[in-house]
Amino acid sequence: MVIIFYLVAALAILAALNVILQRTPVYSALSLIVVLCALAVVYLLLDAQFMAVIQVIVYAGAIMVLFVLVIMLLNAGREEPVDRSRLARWLGVPLIVALLAEMLFVIWRQFPPASTTSAVGVDGGPSAIGHLLFESYVLPFEVTSILILVAVVGAVVLAKKQV
Amino acid sequence: MATFFDTHFSLLATLVKIPVVLVVLLTVVAYAVWLERKVVARIQSRWGPYLVGPHGLLQPVADGLKIFFKEDFFVAEADRFVYLLAPFLTLSIALLPIAVIPFGESFTFRGHTVNLQIANPDVGLLFIFAVTSLGVYGIVLAGWSSNSKYPLFGGLRSSAQMISYELSLGMAIIGVLMLSGTLSLHGIVDQQRGFWKLDGLPAFLPHWNVFVQPVGFLVYIISAVAETNRLPFDLPEGESEIVAGFHTEYTSFKFASFYIGEYTNMVTVSCLATLLFFGGWLGPSFGPVPVRVLLSVFWFGLKVLSFLFVYIWIRGTIPRFRYDQLMSFGWKFLVPLSLLNILVTGLVVTWQNA
Repeated sequence: MVIIFYLVAALAILAALNVILQRTPVYSALSLIVVLCALAVVYLLLDAQFMAVIQVIVYAGAIMVLFVLVIMLLNAGREEPVDRSRLARWLGVPLIVALLAEMLFVIWRQFPPASTTSAVGVDGGPSAIGHLLFESYVLPFEVTSILILVAVVGAVVLAKKQV
Repeated sequence: MATFFDTHFSLLATLVKIPVVLVVLLTVVAYAVWLERKVVARIQSRWGPYLVGPHGLLQPVADGLKIFFKEDFFVAEADRFVYLLAPFLTLSIALLPIAVIPFGESFTFRGHTVNLQIANPDVGLLFIFAVTSLGVYGIVLAGWSSNSKYPLFGGLRSSAQMISYELSLGMAIIGVLMLSGTLSLHGIVDQQRGFWKLDGLPAFLPHWNVFVQPVGFLVYIISAVAETNRLPFDLPEGESEIVAGFHTEYTSFKFASFYIGEYTNMVTVSCLATLLFFGGWLGPSFGPVPVRVLLSVFWFGLKVLSFLFVYIWIRGTIPRFRYDQLMSFGWKFLVPLSLLNILVTGLVVTWQNA
């Protein structure tokens, strides 16, 4: 199990790096799909079967298809590096380091290495998630769905031809 | 030796099951092509393949050899990596869902339960949907990487079509899920055991979901045809408009991968229709355990074959849709219909439980 985790985590990190470093947009999108699928395997290792499957269906199967479609429609070739601003050149690396340190600090405080918190044993099946979603968190769930509906209507209004 | 056998039983059983299932699947796929050519020929008053073997039964072998000896052609301006990746992706994604499809009654062998299924996850059905939702990439990437106009059109068409019909495909089966209350394919079939009890009539109607979910079944079968890019929904390769669509620039074994992938997808959706709506491997059975198990596999195979036949029948009968017709049919008819089906089923289930 641990070996699988390290393999998949390494794959996810390498693919995520490739998303940024790649100059061809289609390769970036493909690498992002690899990242999402690798994360799904991590969910599986945490016994969250439902989350793993939904991750693949929604992100890798639907949203990324849209990304790839847009890239193809624009027929985007290789990206040419533009002149980066001097500010970004000098502040970029320190800011990344600061962000990483911040994230590590939060994770460290939440899960100290001494206490091995694990999600194993928690039921990650669809019925458990369904109970949580439609009993404890029903209001946030419904509010989110209305939010998405508003966004969809907004997109249609913006994209519609003026009559 | 007995201890090794006992402790590693499930591993050993799986190692036996994988090659058997794979060989059977690929044989079925090869002969599905033969069946298609024969049935379509009969519909069009022709003979179909007749020269290689009796009734052309060895035609799949001849086709395979022919495709294998074709020149493996590369398009000069293609994106080589993605161009190679696309057929590989199509084939491997098409083969994956078979791993969770149960094809027969479970039985005990020397004290161990044997499921006639390679793996039985709790979310088996969702696993199939997750894997098949990735299937569109093979077609889209093939269309893009060929660096040619018609394949690009095919890729664009397929991505829009497959996202649209995946929606109604997924919603069509929610009625079944509400009735069975499980996502395990084994569980869904077990729920369909027995007969429907009708007042004043002998029990003759099998307890299959199709009799309570006719609308769901209809939406499922239509969406499944569109998901597998078969006629009358084969717009991504419509040869009268865009040459051969996404696989215009493919030859040899790379082309064969798309071909095998398409027919494997056909088998998969037929298996799923059998499991969800037609009671899977359930059917008249009698005699000792081995006979019962064989009979269950036989019934499953028979039902899947009937669905393959219906597929081919549809192909031979209905002409291709126009692209705008396809999209409006999916979004303005199938999606609302499946939503209505969910609503009605939900109301009935709640009313019965109250």
